[in-house]
Formats: sequence, C-alpha cells, structure tokens
Amino acid sequence: MMPENHNYSKYHPKWHRTPIPIFWWLHKWVYIKFISRELTSIAIAFFAIVLLFQVRALIEGPQAYSDLTETLNTPVSVILHSIALIMVLYHSLTWFSLAPKALVVKLGKWRIPDRVIIGLNLFAWILISFLIGWLTVTL
Amino acid sequence: MSRHSEPFWWALFSSGGTLAALFLPVLIFLIGIAIPLGWIESPGYEKLSVLIHNLPIRIFIFLLISLSLFHWAHRFRFTLYDGLQLKHLQTLIAVLCYGGAITGTLIAGYIILMISST
Repeated sequence: MMPENHNYSKYHPKWHRTPIPIFWWLHKWVYIKFISRELTSIAIAFFAIVLLFQVRALIEGPQAYSDLTETLNTPVSVILHSIALIMVLYHSLTWFSLAPKALVVKLGKWRIPDRVIIGLNLFAWILISFLIGWLTVTL
Repeated sequence: MSRHSEPFWWALFSSGGTLAALFLPVLIFLIGIAIPLGWIESPGYEKLSVLIHNLPIRIFIFLLISLSLFHWAHRFRFTLYDGLQLKHLQTLIAVLCYGGAITGTLIAGYIILMISST
C-alpha cells in the first residue's frame, strides 16, 4: 500500500550499489596501465619541488648550491630521479597520444588527423630536449 | 575514464601536463642523473646564477614549477577518488591537493619572483 504522503522518506534505504573493492584496478592489465599513468603525476610534483630547491640554492649562493649538488650526487637521489624519469617519460608518451582528443584543430572542414598532432608534439618534445641538452653542454 | 568537469582546474592541469611532458624529461635526466653521475659537466654556479637572474627565465621556471604542481593536484585528486574509492573524502582531498599546489606556487613565487638581483 503506497503511503499517501509521497514526501515521507525518513527511512528510505540507501540505493544499492555493488561495493567496489579497493584494489579493483589490479584485476586487469588495462586498469593497471591506467592507474600507473595517473600516478606519474607524483613524479612530476617530485621534480617540480626539486627544481624549486635548485632555484633557491642558486639564489642563496655558492655554498647552498654546492650543498644541493652534494645531495643530488648520492645514490638514493640518482635512483629516485631514475624512477622519476621513467614515470615522466611514460607521462609524456601517453600525454601526447591523448593530445589529439583535447585539441581538435580544423582548417575549414578538414580536421587535422591525430597522427599529425601527435607527431608535432613529439617533434617539439625532441627539439626542446635537444636544445636544453645542447645549451647545458655548451654553456 | 577520469571526470574532468571543472574547467578552471582542468585548464591548469592540462597546461601543466603539457609543459611537464615537454620540459621535464630532459631536465630530470640532466639534473638528477647525468650531471650527478659525471656524464655531463655542470655549467657551474656562475653561469647558472647568471641564468637565474634573467627575468624571462625566472618567469618560465616559475610557471613550469607551478603548473606542474597543479597538474599533479588535479590528477592525484581524481586518482584518489577512482583508484582508492575515497569518494566520501571528496572535500578534504580537493582541499589538500589544490591547497598543496597553491602553497607550492606561493612559495615558488616568493623565491623566484621576489628576489632582488645582487
């Protein structure tokens, strides 16, 4: 028998949802890749902070800079940065393959194909990396 | 996949992601691996110091750091939602993530943009 007062809902039960296990993402390789991709952001934050320390050391003076250099010369630091590099490389590669979905460029009616956008990004990436590397070595 | 519904944070996330994708790999390699291991010689304090007192470079590094942090904040926030199923801690997570990025940005701004050249 339906109550006449349809606003009465004090004891309405919660809608049933299948509980999702916390480690749902370990069940399939596709999920693991997805979560790994998202977790690369941690490496980005990590190195952003390293950069900040680097700039601060440069501003504070030669002593601060050489202290930081000593910290960066330790095996722990090199290992951490190596892991970070792998994660950031994974970020870059997956990011560029996502770029065409976010950036739709049209010339009139013709839409620039995904491959071209990815290619342009890769080209810019290689060019920038080469320039920075070259500047570092020749400075 | 991920819900990226708030345009403001998404814009920060995506520009941060692009800058990070383009610039961070080579910088990590140089600063974190190649120079410490001696594969490449560091330019040295004097030259780097000159570089850091150049305003356009300071602005660029500030943006690189800040937007990278905002990229992390937005992405990590949604990873916690979807990955660890922590949807009931929504507000706390958002505050910690974006708050962290804002804090980092303020610190970076203070250090990088408010120095006076010696």
